[in-house]
Amino acid sequence: MLSFTDVGRRFGAVNAVDGVTLVVPSGTTTVLIGPSGCGKSTLLRLATGLEKPDRGVVCFHDEPLGAETLPRLRQRMGYVIQDGGLFPHLTGAENVTLMARYLGWGAGRITARQALLADLVQLHSDQLNRYPLELSGGQRQRVCLMRALMLDPDLLLLDEPLAALDPLIRVDLQEVLRRIFTTLGKTVLLVTHDLAEAAYFAGQIVLLRAGRVVQQGAVRELLEQPAEPFVEQFVKAQREPLRLLAEAIT
Amino acid sequence: MKALAWLLSLLSAGALAGPVQIGSKKFTEGVILGEITTQLLEARGVGAEHRRELGGSRVLWSALLSGEIDVYPEYTGTLTQEILADAALQSPHDLAARLASVGVGMTASLGFDDSYVLGMRSTQAQELGIRRISDLRRFPDLRLGLSNEFLERADGWPSLRAFYSLPHAGVRGLDHDISYRAIADGKLDVIDLYSTDAEIRQFDLFTLVDDQNFFPRYDAVLLYRQDLPRRVPEAVAVLEQLQGRISMRRMIGMNAAARIDRMPETEVAAAFLRQEFGLQGSVIAVSRGERLWRTTADHLLLVALSLGAAIAVAIPLGVVAVRRAEWARVIIGVASAIQTIPALALLVFLIPLLGIGFAPAVAALFLYSLLPIVRNTYAGLHDIAAPIRESAVVLGLPSMARLRRVELPLALRTILAGIKTAAVINVGTATLGALIGAGGYGQPILSGIRRDDFGLILEGAVPAALLALAVQGLFDVLERRAIPRGLRFRSVP
Repeated sequence: MLSFTDVGRRFGAVNAVDGVTLVVPSGTTTVLIGPSGCGKSTLLRLATGLEKPDRGVVCFHDEPLGAETLPRLRQRMGYVIQDGGLFPHLTGAENVTLMARYLGWGAGRITARQALLADLVQLHSDQLNRYPLELSGGQRQRVCLMRALMLDPDLLLLDEPLAALDPLIRVDLQEVLRRIFTTLGKTVLLVTHDLAEAAYFAGQIVLLRAGRVVQQGAVRELLEQPAEPFVEQFVKAQREPLRLLAEAIT
Repeated sequence: MKALAWLLSLLSAGALAGPVQIGSKKFTEGVILGEITTQLLEARGVGAEHRRELGGSRVLWSALLSGEIDVYPEYTGTLTQEILADAALQSPHDLAARLASVGVGMTASLGFDDSYVLGMRSTQAQELGIRRISDLRRFPDLRLGLSNEFLERADGWPSLRAFYSLPHAGVRGLDHDISYRAIADGKLDVIDLYSTDAEIRQFDLFTLVDDQNFFPRYDAVLLYRQDLPRRVPEAVAVLEQLQGRISMRRMIGMNAAARIDRMPETEVAAAFLRQEFGLQGSVIAVSRGERLWRTTADHLLLVALSLGAAIAVAIPLGVVAVRRAEWARVIIGVASAIQTIPALALLVFLIPLLGIGFAPAVAALFLYSLLPIVRNTYAGLHDIAAPIRESAVVLGLPSMARLRRVELPLALRTILAGIKTAAVINVGTATLGALIGAGGYGQPILSGIRRDDFGLILEGAVPAALLALAVQGLFDVLERRAIPRGLRFRSVP
């Protein structure tokens, strides 16, 4: 479905992605995780075609991403970023339906699809008629998600979609996301820096460091068979807040 | 762009066809002579159009050579000293031959010459018995005040002094208008002036005879294109009827009527033709209302055409500059460079390409309007946040659709602000169009300055300022209407 073969991308002297080979299997959720600057976001951007690899190939449906294939392939991708991706001059509904209207979908088909997705992300129609600046952060991300799903794409690319939200809303939206991933059977590639969130969503976790894949597998494998000391450190650091919390209440 | 070129060619072609085109320089005497010529041609059944106050000698001369105008009044001294700059052309015959070689014909003198002279109060001249410049030698204590230009020119005071062996020292340089006041008040005894200046009559001055022929002659003549007789066979004969008909006294009187009594040149000319040629041609007096309506229409057309064309060209240029970083520097650099050219220089550059009148004025205003719109289009598109731009890309919208549905709407506020700036500047700059005969609010301003008529200046300046305010208001409303509602909030309510 989506594959990276020996992909590299440099920014000046920095190797943001340094020889990554990775397969994102159809119908499953793969989570990219790692510390800041490990290259996880760059890898996701390579999948969207916003970044071009210096070496190696990114393939989607067995076709390499390139100037000729991207316009077609992008209609089979949905993309959600942390915040700020909504067009501020359009209402939520106009944001969601922009591409479908451009492609000439009939009004009935658009309305039906929009209603179905609104149900899925739990948004009311009056909320959809507001402009992005009139919506809360959580509502904006739900609109983003609807926009990404509008054309019923095979692949969902999500770049820290919940990172800017406060914890309560975040939990709420995590549930929405997991339900979508499991019920719609999409191929999902998601970036996060939170191991707990990764464990919540993932079939497969890919831990990156300095542009390379350190370990890849189910969350249990990372915990029980760390490939190198860095994996242990990373897991320990992620558990630290919970340990501090437990200490404080006993 | 194509439409603009077509329109411009149409406008300049329109100016070439039809009646005989009479040009005049932008000073009172030139306008009166142009008006006399035009009215006489009309009275003799030759269609004529007066394109008044086109500029200085250079502008009129090139307009004549390029065929923009057919006839204009000129002075022989200006031709030999300035335009042809050939001191060997002493006799009228030589001058006519030289003019013929560039396709220009010349009438004989109209009857007066308008050269530099020295003048004194008539009473004092009579008292001292001074009639000629050489008489001044006997009065070394007379106080001389000369215009700065005359004082500094090599062929001005230094040569005059040497030529007549004048003993006067401590000659003061001052402005022409001030020197008249000073001599009237008895602060100066001798000043330089032009031999047909209205002030000669106003202040009762006596002009000294140039008894040793120091000053070159500035005989007033009419210049015409030599292809004029072929196109309008009877025209030159009519021009020649004016030869020798305008005396020095007459010209001073007409200048005084226009400058001091504030009589419009049209009426001054009509009065002359009535007395000298017995013509009962009625001057159609143009009311203030009509004049205002015409200048407003001219001005609006100048602004609308040039601004419309600038919007059509500058927004695509701004888009190209954003899309192709390597072109941005060139596009914005060129637009900025154009902005630094002084308006008058730009107009003069455009005359050889587009002639005089409406077309070069529209072209110059168009060029001046480019920068604010290009720069704001560029800034508006460039400042769109990366996540928004990238979201549109990954959504799969092709380049043009992104531009139309996402990027231009988001940049609209900034682009409109650029258009507003261009429009307001345009309304003000369009007044300069009158310098090259494009009409508009600059016309009454120029005439008012020339005739020292403050009311006439206001007749152009006030509506120009009001129009600028109106344009500003119009764009404020437009902005409120056109900006999408989603962009009008500042934060979450």
